Amino acid sequence: MNKIILIIRREYLSRVKKKSFLVTTFLVPFLFIAMYALIFYVALNNQEPLTTVYVVDQSGFVENKLEDTEHLLFLKTDESVDILKKKMERGETSSLLLIIPKEVAKLQTVELYDTEKKGIATINTIETKLNDILKAKALADAGIDVTILNTIKPAVSIKSKELTIDGEKDSHVGTAIGISFGLSILIYISLFLYGNQVMRGIIEEKSNRIIEVVISSVKPFQLMMGKIIGVGLVGVTQFILWIILSAGFMTATSAIMINSNPEIHNSFDDKKIPGAEVTKQNNQEQQSRVDTIIQEVKAIDYPYVLGCFLIYFIGGYLLYSALFAMVGSAVDSETETQQFMLPIIMPLLFTYMLSFSVLINNPHGSLAFWLSMIPFTSPIGMLVRIPFGVPIWQLLLSITLLIIGFLLTTYVAARIYRIGILMYGKKASYKELFKWFRYKG
Amino acid sequence: MLSINNIVKQYADHRALDDVSIQIEKGTIFGLLGPNGAGKTSLIRIITQITAPDSGYILFNDVPLQPEHITKIGYLPEERGLYKKMQIGDQLLYLAQLKGLPKEEAKKRIKHWFEKMEMQSWWNKKVEDLSKGMQQKVQFVATILHQPELLILDEPFSGFDPVNAEIIKNEILELHNNGTTIIFSTHRMESVEELCDNIALIHKSRKILDGPVTDIKNSYRENKYRVSYIGLRSIDPNETLFTVEKQLSDDYTTTLYLKIADGKTINQTLSYLIPQVEIQHVEEIIPTIHEIFIKEVTSINAN
Repeated sequence: MNKIILIIRREYLSRVKKKSFLVTTFLVPFLFIAMYALIFYVALNNQEPLTTVYVVDQSGFVENKLEDTEHLLFLKTDESVDILKKKMERGETSSLLLIIPKEVAKLQTVELYDTEKKGIATINTIETKLNDILKAKALADAGIDVTILNTIKPAVSIKSKELTIDGEKDSHVGTAIGISFGLSILIYISLFLYGNQVMRGIIEEKSNRIIEVVISSVKPFQLMMGKIIGVGLVGVTQFILWIILSAGFMTATSAIMINSNPEIHNSFDDKKIPGAEVTKQNNQEQQSRVDTIIQEVKAIDYPYVLGCFLIYFIGGYLLYSALFAMVGSAVDSETETQQFMLPIIMPLLFTYMLSFSVLINNPHGSLAFWLSMIPFTSPIGMLVRIPFGVPIWQLLLSITLLIIGFLLTTYVAARIYRIGILMYGKKASYKELFKWFRYKG
Repeated sequence: MLSINNIVKQYADHRALDDVSIQIEKGTIFGLLGPNGAGKTSLIRIITQITAPDSGYILFNDVPLQPEHITKIGYLPEERGLYKKMQIGDQLLYLAQLKGLPKEEAKKRIKHWFEKMEMQSWWNKKVEDLSKGMQQKVQFVATILHQPELLILDEPFSGFDPVNAEIIKNEILELHNNGTTIIFSTHRMESVEELCDNIALIHKSRKILDGPVTDIKNSYRENKYRVSYIGLRSIDPNETLFTVEKQLSDDYTTTLYLKIADGKTINQTLSYLIPQVEIQHVEEIIPTIHEIFIKEVTSINAN
C-alpha cells in the first residue's frame, strides 16, 4: 500500500510539475473567460449609433406615432423621395429613408432605404413599431377603444405572467440542454485526454525499459493502479483549478465590465427607456425572460451537477483508463495502438453523438435509460440526463453498475498488463491478449 | 540461500522452464548460463516474483519465497532503463523507496554512492543528459542501493565500456566479499570463469549441467596435454602410451597435442619423451567453460 502511494506521488508530481500542466491549467479558463469577455465586449460596443430615419408618410397617420428610441431618431420630412434618394446616393447623409405607402394597412409593406446594410435589430425595431401602430389603428377602426384596451392591460400582464411559467419551463429546458452539451463534451474530451496520458505513460515505461526494474520492486497491478490514480488526480486537480479560476475570473470580469458600463444597469431599468407603453411592454417581456434565464442559471444545483460530473468522471476514467492501460501494455509504440483504440472509443463516441440528438430530445426514453445504465456509456449517457432530473434509484443503480464495470475492466486489464509489459517485439493480436489473460500467476 | 525446486513454467505454445532445480549457497557468485532463449530470464523473473511458476517452489533462506523478499533482492535486468525526464537523484530515491528504504536512509546512501562512483554533480541531471555508460552506472547504483542479500545481474556488462566494466566488476567483487549472494546470468563465458564459484547451464528450458566451476572443468578433463620441445625433429610414436592429435612447429620449437592413453599418466609419457627431446613446456588442456558450453549445447542440438 505504501508503494502504491509512492507511485501515485511520482505520477502525480511528474505531471503537475510539467510546464504544459501549468500552461493548460491557466490558459484554458483564461481563454474561456477571454472568449466570454470578447462576446460581452462585442455585444456592448456593437450597439448601433444614433441613426436618423427620415419618414415619408404617404398614409398620413403613422409618422407622428413613431416614438424615438435610444438608437433611432424618427424625422418627418416633406422633401420628395427622389431628392432624398439622390442625397443618400451622393453620401450626403447616412440616415435611413422610410417610405410608408398610402395603403399601408392593406399592403402590409413599407420600403426602407439605406446606404449600408443595417443590423437586423434596427429593422426589427422599426417593424415592431409599425406593427404596433397598425394594430392600434386597426383596433380603433374596429371600434375598440384604446383607453378601454389600456384598462384591460393589467389583466393582460397577469396572463403574460402565467405564460412566463410556461416560458420558465422553456428556458429551463434550454439551460438543461446547454448544460448537457457542456457536460458531455467535457467528459468525452477529458476521459480520452487522461486515458491517453495513462496509455502514453505505460508505453514510455515500456520503451524506456524501466518497467522490469520497477516491477521487480512492486506488483504490476500496483504500478498500473498507481499510474491510473496518479493521472486521475492530475485530472481532478485540473478540474478543481479550472472551476476556481473560472469562477474567480468570471466574477472579476463581470465586476469590471459592469462598472465600466453603467448603461447595462440602466438598460435593465425600464423607467429610463424612452418609449411608448407598447415598447415598454415589450421590454418588460424581454426583461422577464432574461430574468428567468438568469434565475434558471442561478437555480441550477451546481454542487449536484458538479458532484455527478466528478463521480462519473472518476468512474468513467477508472473504467476507460484501465482499458487504455491494457492497450499501452500490449504495444511497443504509440503507432501500434490504432487497432485496439477503435473498439474502446466506439461506445463512448456512439453515446456522445447520440447525446446531441436523441438523448437530449428524449432524456427519459428507453434508449437514454439503457445508455445511462451500461457502464461503458453511462459517463456520458447519465450526465446528459442529469440536468433534466433523474430518479435517485436510477442514479444509484447507474453508479453501482459503473463501479462494477470498472472493477471488471481493471481486473481484465491488470491480467493482460502484467504480461504485456514484458513482451517486446511481438505484435499483439486479440487472440494473443486472450492468451495473456489466461496465463497463470 | 536460494533453493529452486522443480520449477515448471509453461507459456501457451512453449515451455520456458522444464523441471529446473538449482541450489545456490549463501555468499557465492553463481553463474546462470545458457544461450539466448534458454529460459534464464524466465527463471530470474520467477525468483524476482515478476511471474509465478506453474509448479515447483523456491525457498529463500529456507522460507518459501514471498512478497517481503522483494526488498532483499536486487535485480539488474538485461532490458533496463530509467525515466528519461526524471532527475537522477529523485529517480534513485524513488527506486530505493520502492524497495522499502526510508527516505532519509536512501538519501544518505545515494550520497555515499555518488561519492564512491564520482558522480556527485549528477543529482539534478536528467537521464537523457547522461551518456550510456553513465546511465549504466546509475542503474547499477539503483540496483544495490537497498543492500540486497541476493543480487541478480542479467548480462551486467553489456553496454559498458572497458573502464566502467572494470569499475562495476570491482564493485561486484566487493559486494561478494561483504557476503552478498550474486546470481550472474550471461551467455558470455569469459566473465564466468573469472567471477563465478558455481554455475548452472540451462539449455532449451532444461538444466543440463550444474556444480562448482572447478568440478565441472575437472569432469571434462580428457587427459590431454600440450607439450613443447626445442627442435623440429619428430618423436617416436608409442600408441600404448599416447596419441598425437595435432603437431605444430615454428622455427625453433615443436608443440604436440597429446591424448594420454587410458590408465597411463603424463609422468610416464614424459619419461618416455625426455630421452628423445628437450622439453620446454608442459600444460594440461582443461576445457574452458565456453568449450564445455558449446560442447553440451551442440551435442543436445544434434540429438
